[in-house]
Amino acid sequence: MSELAKLERRRRAIYGWLLLSPAAILLSLFAFYPSIATLWESMFSRGTRRHPAAFIGGENYNDLFADPTFWIVVKNNLFYAGITVPLSMFIALSMALWANSKIPAKGFVRTAYFTPTVLPMIAAANLWLFFYTPGLGVLDQIGALFGLPSVNWLGQPETALWAIIIVTVWKESGFFMIFYLAALQTIPVDLREASDLEGASRWTYTRRIVLPMLMPMTLFIGVNAMINSVKLIDHLFILTKGGPSDASKLILYYIWEQAFAFFDSPHAAALTMLVLLVLGVVAAIQFFYIDRRTHYQ
Amino acid sequence: MTRAFVTLDNIGKRWNGQLGVEGITLDIEEGEFVALLGPSGCGKSTTLRLLAGLEVPDEGQIIIDGTDVTGASAAKRNLSMVFQSYALFPHLSVAENVMFGMKVRRVPKKERLEKLHNALDITGLLGLEDRKPGELSGGQRQRVALARAIVAGQKLCLMDEPLSNLDAKLRAAVRKDIKKLQNDLGITIVYVTHDQTEAMSMADKVVLMKDGVIQQTGTPEQLYSEPATTFVAEFVGAPPMALIEGRALKGFKDDQTIGVRAERMQLVQAGQGRLACTVTDCEFLGAETFIGLEHPSANGLTVKLDGKAEMTIGSGVEITFADQDLHVFGPDGRRVQPENIPTVLEEE
Ligand SMILES: Nc1ncnc2c1ncn2[C@@H]1O[C@H](COP(=O)(O)OP(=O)(O)O)[C@@H](O)[C@H]1O
Ligand SMILES: [Mg+2]
Repeated sequence: MSELAKLERRRRAIYGWLLLSPAAILLSLFAFYPSIATLWESMFSRGTRRHPAAFIGGENYNDLFADPTFWIVVKNNLFYAGITVPLSMFIALSMALWANSKIPAKGFVRTAYFTPTVLPMIAAANLWLFFYTPGLGVLDQIGALFGLPSVNWLGQPETALWAIIIVTVWKESGFFMIFYLAALQTIPVDLREASDLEGASRWTYTRRIVLPMLMPMTLFIGVNAMINSVKLIDHLFILTKGGPSDASKLILYYIWEQAFAFFDSPHAAALTMLVLLVLGVVAAIQFFYIDRRTHYQ
Repeated sequence: MTRAFVTLDNIGKRWNGQLGVEGITLDIEEGEFVALLGPSGCGKSTTLRLLAGLEVPDEGQIIIDGTDVTGASAAKRNLSMVFQSYALFPHLSVAENVMFGMKVRRVPKKERLEKLHNALDITGLLGLEDRKPGELSGGQRQRVALARAIVAGQKLCLMDEPLSNLDAKLRAAVRKDIKKLQNDLGITIVYVTHDQTEAMSMADKVVLMKDGVIQQTGTPEQLYSEPATTFVAEFVGAPPMALIEGRALKGFKDDQTIGVRAERMQLVQAGQGRLACTVTDCEFLGAETFIGLEHPSANGLTVKLDGKAEMTIGSGVEITFADQDLHVFGPDGRRVQPENIPTVLEEE
């Protein structure tokens, strides 16, 4: 009997490992190995013909911390994340709450909000380039109607990053809205009716029932928005190329520049490691701390 | 005549032109236990939701406690409701679920906790305050829903099949609890169920519905002994009333239908009965045995015998019944008044 049980347990273990192995192999090959390799590379000097790459420990990291551009980029990215994450989530939630209520042309509204998501980021950036272009752009045309002067939204340090932020929020809100809509649809209608019967206002119902029940989804979207605030830089290539004078440069774009414009892969690797570290910490906080205070069904 | 506590006057509600409920007229006295009974999809829930203010009627008028509430919101109707699904808030604890409404109404904390304790005490949930609904059994969830309705302190409580998710034994227990609760608190309950035993055993007044229309309103006793239609006759009682086509019995018109209850039929010697049938099944229930019978022009023929009785399945038997125990229904399925019943004596 116990022999049988042991055999069964072994069989299950093998079965489990078999199921895990495709994902494990792919992840090792394309995620774990490159991460380790990057870490390794970040501790070597840049090889030239006369000086082959040599192990220099944390030297590359020291260089970065001493580099003023690095700090500008970090500050830009923090600001970018600090605005885009809450703003796109807030807009997504508001739109979802609205699109989930009894409104006419519900399907049309949902599709309209989702459209930016379908568009590739490069296409979206080109679209917005058309909005932002001084003189010809839609924004300036509208401004001109009210007698406002032409503004070079992308060309001046004060507005460049904001212009980038707006494109990101516009692009992401619709996507997150779909997630929120899906979560809203799992909330049974009779909860609404029960709270109606108790005399709860719409706002009370939203605050005490809907928002807490959306918490798992908010957490999920939050992590994704956070990751996107590092990842989503395609539009920089079209709109500002990080300029003017680094005003709209974000970390990933900076890494790309280091690696493929200046061919300084050790510094790019060091930057990458820092990004990985920060993202890892953020994800850990979200999953282990906030998760514990979240209700799952 | 005193005014009823709740009045539904000719209420109609259609879904996209299709029938929901039609011509619902009903008076409910204060303190009464009213059961809305009927098969699934007959419009019980719709009627209850119209009364609760969760749906707006297409026509008709609803009056609660002297106020016309036809267009009023659910919150303004001063009633509580127990949902079929219980509608508990999954992320809130038992205590928070029960106190939700009081918090909304800004009841002072001290009073809130007192009422909470009281309600949990009545429903036997003390000690489970901090559990989430997901950590409770079906019966416990059901009682949380009850507790929530109790603390609302409303005079009118609506319940939509509150026991349908419970197993048979628990159902019988909670049935008693609800009945006792109603007596203790003196509240009016409108109770939806598709289970005729539930309705008959709990209600002061049963409203039997079919296809969105009320078939009969009356005490359980009235529905049992004077069913207004063949539908009522077949729906109420366990076993339901047997229906016999008029032409199978001497002295009745061909288009009439004759109903007779199981306990009013006797097995008799061959040649002395009014109907010759075949035994199809024997159901022994301890104190009595129900013998199922078959006859080409009868439906649901059952004889009740005391104690244990053995009958060979497939054997032929004859049954008889007294004229005063018969229910006669006309061609439209409606009950025919006793004076219209031709008696066998008159014929002879
Ligand atoms: N929201 C709705 N939309 C369309 N039809 C509905 C809706 N609610 C109920 N109905 C229809 O109304 C009829 C009565 O339903 P209901 O009152 O729920 O029956 P029940 O007696 O089983 O509670 C059914 O035919 C049902 O399909
Ligand atoms: Mg129903």
